Amino acid sequence: MKITRRGILKSAVALSAVAAAAGLPTYAFAEGETIKVGILHSLSGTMAISETTLKDVMLMLIEQQNAKGGLLGKKLEAVVVDPASDWPLFAEKARQLISADKCAAVFGCWTSVSRKSVLPVFEELNGLLFYPVQYEGEESSKNVFYTGAAPNQQAIPAVDYLANEGVQRWVLAGTDYVYPRTTNKILETYLKDVLKVAPDDIMINYTPFGHSDWQSIVADIKKFGSAGKKTAVVSTINGDANVPFYKELGQQGVAATDIPVVAFSVGEEELAGIDKGPLVGHLAAWNYFMSIENPTNADFIKSWKTFIKDDKRVTNDPMEAHFIGFNMWVEAVKKAGTTDTDPVADAIIGVAVPNLSGGYSTMMPNHHITKPVLIGEIQESGQFEIVWQTPGLVVGDEWSDFLPDSKDLISDWRKPLSCGNFNVATGKCGGAG
Amino acid sequence: MRSLAAILMLLLMTCGVWASDAAQLINALAPGDFKERETAISALAASGAEEAAPVLQALSGGNLYVRKSDGKVFIAETRGDALALTDPVGMAAAGEGAKADIEKIKINNNLRRLISNALGGLTMVSTDPAARRKAALSVLKSGDPAALPSLEKAISDEKDAGLAALMKQAAAAATLRSDRSDAEKMAAIGVLKERTDRDTAALLTAFAATTDSGLKDAATAAAQSIESTLARWAAVQNVWYGLSLSSVLLLAAIGLAITFGVMGVINMAHGEMVMLGAYTTYVVQGMVAQHAPGLLPYALLLAVPAAFLVSGSVGVALERCVIRFLYGRPLETLLATWGVSLVLQQAVRSIFGPTNKEVTTPAWMSGSVDVGGVLSLTMNRIVILAFALAVFAGLMMLMKASTAGLQMRAVTQNRPMANAMGIRSNWVDALTFGLGSGIAGLAGVALSQIDNVSPNLGQSYIIDSFLVVVFGGVGNLWGTLAGAVTLGVANKFLEPFAGAVLGKILILIAVILFIQKRPRGLFALKGRWVEA
Repeated sequence: MKITRRGILKSAVALSAVAAAAGLPTYAFAEGETIKVGILHSLSGTMAISETTLKDVMLMLIEQQNAKGGLLGKKLEAVVVDPASDWPLFAEKARQLISADKCAAVFGCWTSVSRKSVLPVFEELNGLLFYPVQYEGEESSKNVFYTGAAPNQQAIPAVDYLANEGVQRWVLAGTDYVYPRTTNKILETYLKDVLKVAPDDIMINYTPFGHSDWQSIVADIKKFGSAGKKTAVVSTINGDANVPFYKELGQQGVAATDIPVVAFSVGEEELAGIDKGPLVGHLAAWNYFMSIENPTNADFIKSWKTFIKDDKRVTNDPMEAHFIGFNMWVEAVKKAGTTDTDPVADAIIGVAVPNLSGGYSTMMPNHHITKPVLIGEIQESGQFEIVWQTPGLVVGDEWSDFLPDSKDLISDWRKPLSCGNFNVATGKCGGAG
Repeated sequence: MRSLAAILMLLLMTCGVWASDAAQLINALAPGDFKERETAISALAASGAEEAAPVLQALSGGNLYVRKSDGKVFIAETRGDALALTDPVGMAAAGEGAKADIEKIKINNNLRRLISNALGGLTMVSTDPAARRKAALSVLKSGDPAALPSLEKAISDEKDAGLAALMKQAAAAATLRSDRSDAEKMAAIGVLKERTDRDTAALLTAFAATTDSGLKDAATAAAQSIESTLARWAAVQNVWYGLSLSSVLLLAAIGLAITFGVMGVINMAHGEMVMLGAYTTYVVQGMVAQHAPGLLPYALLLAVPAAFLVSGSVGVALERCVIRFLYGRPLETLLATWGVSLVLQQAVRSIFGPTNKEVTTPAWMSGSVDVGGVLSLTMNRIVILAFALAVFAGLMMLMKASTAGLQMRAVTQNRPMANAMGIRSNWVDALTFGLGSGIAGLAGVALSQIDNVSPNLGQSYIIDSFLVVVFGGVGNLWGTLAGAVTLGVANKFLEPFAGAVLGKILILIAVILFIQKRPRGLFALKGRWVEA
C-alpha cells in the first residue's frame, strides 16, 4: 500500500469509527489545526534544578486537557524551548514562541530577571505570559498573569504569624538581588510601621549568589538572637545557597525551637536534597503544600507521579501556580471562544478555578490571583506540616502599600481604566508623582 | 488477712484511678487547637504520671497518633502501609491501624519548646547520664522555676562532678526567675558568671531588666564580664572561621595548583572534577546504604579513594583526548575546557537529574566541640581542615620524594632534557593531569558535607581556586597553601565589617592590586625555565 496523505486520513477515519463503535470516547480534532502552548523554562544551566519540573507539569496538564477533548475542538500542542538559564536567551526564545510558533499562550520564567527580560517582547508582540513563581511585586503588565505569590501573599502573613508567636527580634537574610532586596524593604517598613519593632531589633544581611561559607553569618545570627528577646530569621536566601545555610545552622546547634527560620524559597523540591534531621521545625510560607489533604490535591499528586513515572517525586507551590494558571487560561479561552490575546485577556478577569488547597482561586483585575497563605513546619519526611493558614483568601497586591514609591498605585486592566500603574493620588495613569 | 485484702483492694483501686486519670490526660492531647494542646501538655507533665515522659517524647518526635473513631491516643510506628500501635497506658502493643483511621497529633515550635522544658523536669532523675545532661541544659535554657525542686534533688544525688556543676548552673538560672530570696539570687549570679556563653549573658541581661535592687548591678556586671570575655575570644573565633574557609579553598585549589600551576594548563573544567567527586560520594553512600548498611557511617572514607579514581580517570581521559593537542595554546585550552565543563555538567544533569542529591553527614562529623566553654568548633569543619592538611602533606611527599614526582617536575622544568633522559613525557603529562583532577575529586568528597551536591557545585569554586593559585604563586604548592590561608582569613575578618558581598569584592580588588605589584604571586619561582 502506497502511503499517501489521503490513505492516512482514511485509515484514521476508519480507526476512529472502530473506536467509536467500541464505545471509546473519541474527539474529532480538526485536521492539522492545533492550539500551540509555549513552555519557556530552562532545561539546562543553573535554573534547570527548579524549572525542569515546571516544564514536566505543563506537559502533563496539556496531555490531560487533550484527553478531555482539547480546547475549542482543537488539540493542544506543547512547544518546549530551552532558554538555558540565560536571560537574553529568554527574550529570544519568547520572540520565537510568539512570532514563529504562533503560541496562543506561554507558560514560563522563574527568576524575576528572566521575566523582566521577556516582558518587552510580550508587550511588543501582544502575547500572553503566565508567570508561576512568587516574586517581589512592583509590576503589572497587560500581557502577564502572575499566578505566584505577591509579597503580601507570602512574606507579610509569615511575619504576622511569627509576631503572633512572640517573636520580637528579626533577622532578614537574603541573597543579593532584586527579589530579596524588595521583599526585605517591604518587610522592614511593615515591621517598623505596623508591628512597631525598634530599628535595633532588625538585622539585615545579604550574601552573594551560591554563598557557601555561612560560619560567621550563622554565628552573627546566634549572637543577635541572644539578646533575651525571641528571635526569628526571615530568609529570602535563594536556591542552592540554602543547603549550606541549613547545614551550618544544624552544625552550630541552632534549633528551630531557639531561632526559627521562615523561608520563602524552600519547598518540597529543595528539601529533597538536604539531610532533614537538623531542619525539623523550621518554617516555610507558601500558598500550597504537598501535604494538604483534599481530593483535588490527591488526584493531582497521583497523576503527577504516574506522569513522571517516579513514586518519589514531590509537588510544590509553583507547580500549583501552573495548574491554576493553565486552568484559568482554558476557561478564559472557552469563555472568549477564541485564543486571540485581547479577548482572552478580557475574559480571564473574574475566572475562578479550583486550586489545590481545597478552594477556588480567582483572577483579579490586577492580573494577580487570590490564594490562601499557609505556614508549614519542615518534617523529617521532607514534607511540611501546616501549622497556620489565613482564614480566607488573600488578593495579590502588585504595588506594595509599604513602599513609598508604590503605595498610591493600583492596577486595573478592565476597560475603561486599563491601566497597570494608576496613581490614586494624582488620578493619572502613569506611575508615581 | 482481711485488712491485707482491704489494703490490696485499695491499692488496686488507686492504681485504677491513676491509670484512667492518666488515660484521660493523654487523650486530652488530641482534640482542639495548639492553645488547648498547650494546656493539655502542661497538665500531663504536672500530673507526674509515669506515662508522661514517654508520651511527651513520642509527641515531640511526631509518633503520637489519635484514632479518629473514638479519640483514643496511641504511640505509633509506621510499618509498611499501616501503623503499629502501642497503648501509652501500660505500654502494651495494641495491634495495627490503617493510616486512614488514625491521625497524627500535630505540634509546632512552641509546643516543642514546652515539651522539652517539661521533659527537663521529668527526666532529671533518669538513669541515663546523657538524658540528665539534656534535661539540665533544657532547664538552663528555659530557666523554668518549676523545675527547681526536682533539680535540687537531682544535684544531691548526682555522682558525676561535671554534670552536677551543670545542674547547679541550671538551678541558678531557674532561681533568677523564681521568687526566692535576694541572697539566693545573688549566689545564683555568682554561679552563672562562670558560664561564658552568650545565652547566659542574655539571661543575666534579661534578669537585670526585671529587678531594681542591688541585684541589678551585680547581674549587669556579670553580663558585662561575660560579654568582654566573649569579645576577646571573637578574634580567635574569626581566625578559626578563616582557617576552615582556607581549608575548603586549599582543597579546591590544590588540584588546580598541579594542572595550572605545574603544567600551565588553564583547566576551566576543574570545578567539574570537584563536582564529580561529590557525586561519587553520593553514589558510594547509596551503594553502602543498600548493600552494607552497617558501614554507612564510614561510607565517606570509602568515597575518598573512589572519588580520586573517578575524577582522576576523567582527568586522564580529558588530557589524552583534548588537552594534549592544545599545549602551548592557552586561549584555545581555556575555551575547550570551558566547553568540556558544560558537557560534564549537562551529562550529570541528564544522568542524576537537575535536583540536589542528599549526602548525609555521619554522626562522627556532626555537632561541635567546646573549647574553654567559649569557642565552639564544628566537627565537620575540623575534619575537613585535617583532611585538607593531610591531602597537602601527601601531595608534597609525592612531588618531592617519589620517582613519579621527580619525573613530573623534570618534565615541567625541561621537557627535551627529560625526554633525553628516557622519561616518556606524554605519559607523565597525562598522569600529572590525572593527579590534579583526582585531588579535585577529593575536594568534592569534603564539599559534599558542606555544600549542595548539584551539577553547579563546581562553578562556584572555580574562580576562587584560580584566585588562590594566582595569588599564591603559580607553580608553587607552598604558595597555594599560603594563598588559601591568607584569602580565607582575610575574608572572614572583612565579613563582619563589610558584609559578605562587599567583602568578596574587596578581596578581589586587593588581589588585583597585589598582582600588579608582584605579577608572579606570593611565592614566585625563579630560574631560566620559568620564562619558557
